[in-house]
Amino acid sequence: MWAPGPRCASTDSDQPTAGRLLGRGPADRKPATATITGVTKNIPAIAVEGLRKRYGDVQAVDGVTFEVAHGEFYGILGPNGAGKTTTMELVEGLREPDEGTAHLLGQPSWPRDPKLLRRIGVQLQASAFFEKLTAREQIHTFAALYDVPPERADVMLETVGLTDKAGTRDDKLSGGQAQRLSIACALVHDPELVFLDEPTTGLDPQARRNLWDVLRAINSQGRTVVLTTHYLDEAEILCDRVAIMDSGRVLRVGAPSALIEELGVRSLEDVFLQLTGREYRE
Amino acid sequence: MNAFRSLSLAMVKGLLRDRMAAFFTLLFPLMFLLLFGALFQNNTVSRSHVLQVGEVAVLDEMPAAERSGLSEALDIERIDDREEALAQVSDGDADAVVWEEDDGRVELRYSAADAARAGTVEGLMRSLVQTANLAATGQPATFELATDQVEDKSVKAIQYLAPGLLGWAIAMGASFMSALTLVNWRKKRILRRLWLAPVSPGTVIGARIGVSLGMAFVQTALFLSVATIPFYGLRLTGSWWLVIPLVAAGTLAFMSVGLLIGAWAKSEEAANAALQLVVMPMAFLSGSFFPLENTPEWVRAISNAMPLKHLNESVQGVLSRGESWGTALPAIGGLLLFAAVLAFVASRLFRWDDA
Repeated sequence: MWAPGPRCASTDSDQPTAGRLLGRGPADRKPATATITGVTKNIPAIAVEGLRKRYGDVQAVDGVTFEVAHGEFYGILGPNGAGKTTTMELVEGLREPDEGTAHLLGQPSWPRDPKLLRRIGVQLQASAFFEKLTAREQIHTFAALYDVPPERADVMLETVGLTDKAGTRDDKLSGGQAQRLSIACALVHDPELVFLDEPTTGLDPQARRNLWDVLRAINSQGRTVVLTTHYLDEAEILCDRVAIMDSGRVLRVGAPSALIEELGVRSLEDVFLQLTGREYRE
Repeated sequence: MNAFRSLSLAMVKGLLRDRMAAFFTLLFPLMFLLLFGALFQNNTVSRSHVLQVGEVAVLDEMPAAERSGLSEALDIERIDDREEALAQVSDGDADAVVWEEDDGRVELRYSAADAARAGTVEGLMRSLVQTANLAATGQPATFELATDQVEDKSVKAIQYLAPGLLGWAIAMGASFMSALTLVNWRKKRILRRLWLAPVSPGTVIGARIGVSLGMAFVQTALFLSVATIPFYGLRLTGSWWLVIPLVAAGTLAFMSVGLLIGAWAKSEEAANAALQLVVMPMAFLSGSFFPLENTPEWVRAISNAMPLKHLNESVQGVLSRGESWGTALPAIGGLLLFAAVLAFVASRLFRWDDA
């Protein structure tokens, strides 16, 4: 059964409600890793060591190593075909690496370990919904997979501001609503570590900013968040640190501001283009 | 248990809310039963229409019990005008005319258009006259014909239509549901998402099998309820309940067909087309719509390779022909073996992604 943890959104009296949570501005940056508790304190949330994966002739991931601290907001950036998705899949435990290891919260992510899966939340894509179910039925189904009671799922729906869309089927939700539902489904079991795969792709500027507030609120509750994105402004604003990847390798890791300073450019986008080049990618 | 229940519920809702899918997998076959069952309700020679002109003693003086027995074969209508009656026969509106001459001779004029029917009418009338003659002599009969009914090899239409159409319905439902779930869940990355949730593959597969079995049993119950109403006239015999394990084994066999197609197909449209190409010809070749007895040798040879043929025959056997485990067990074994082999092949073709 799901048990209320120290950071449980449904029981904490000072938990931000939907309105407060979504109303937060960029000024309310989270208090870093202050709320981390328990034995995992000194172990990095994610420790990736020498990951390699080859598909036929393509070396999709070629020796990736990085660490993510507890409570950190970490971005993985890279052009199309850089190996971001495969890296994420190896880290999440969806695929077996040819070489190397990925540890999440101190446990190896491969082979599949249901005990570890209870502690991580994964948002794959907005479309990972069951056919013909309403928003509430979707999140209740995901909640049941984690033995989370439906009441908690309803709270989560409220947290992402979808209570009034609870009876709407997934294909009738707008892009932003579908992304928020998808994130709610990833968070329904109150995971310590959250993976988000291009959560703002295809959204209009309003929906993107709205979602940034949701993501910040998730992180401010002490969760570790790993995000892949194509939007470098987004990474610059949200992420504590970013890893820039290309050709299956991590080219550079650092805080966006530090990278900008180091390369003497104006924005993270300039950093990105300088590191990965300007030629067109398929 | 929680996960099992909620995944099952998600699948049932997904199916029932997809009106087209629900119609084609659940209602469409039942409509065939309602329609075909009514059309072929009486596929034996129907009653012959005989016109009786004036008094005919052998008919009029017949005891009520014999008369009702006769009315199963003959539909006797009284008419006054002999010319008019003969005209009806020659027009094909009636099968025969009977009248009695003053000397007691019974005259019968029948249409020769249908030899079997003409024979029936003539034979019946001859026998009535002979019986009357014998009774008139007051002598006991020298020879006597004793008759009793034999459960023969031939079957009434409903006896093959109900199992045949049920088999077709099970084949469609099970294969479509498993193929489309697989393709859809792969396309929508739900398979991936489930892999990253703490549910065992057994729970997911179990939910899919559970829902398909549930649907198949609902279909079976509907089919049997319809087929056994007197209008359709299916009579269940001894071990008819063996239809339950047979339908379960059939469901698993056709789910494995669906899994194989689902593992191969990249889109729901492709899966749909491939399933139609497999299931419809299989249904025809397996005697779901008409008996295979009158088909050429090579058709019967092919049909032996069809799992649906064995399901149909064994269900027909246990439902209405008094057969039991001897029929059911080999069929169940064969269907399960078929399911295991195809599921294994499907697992080799399984992909997480469309790429």
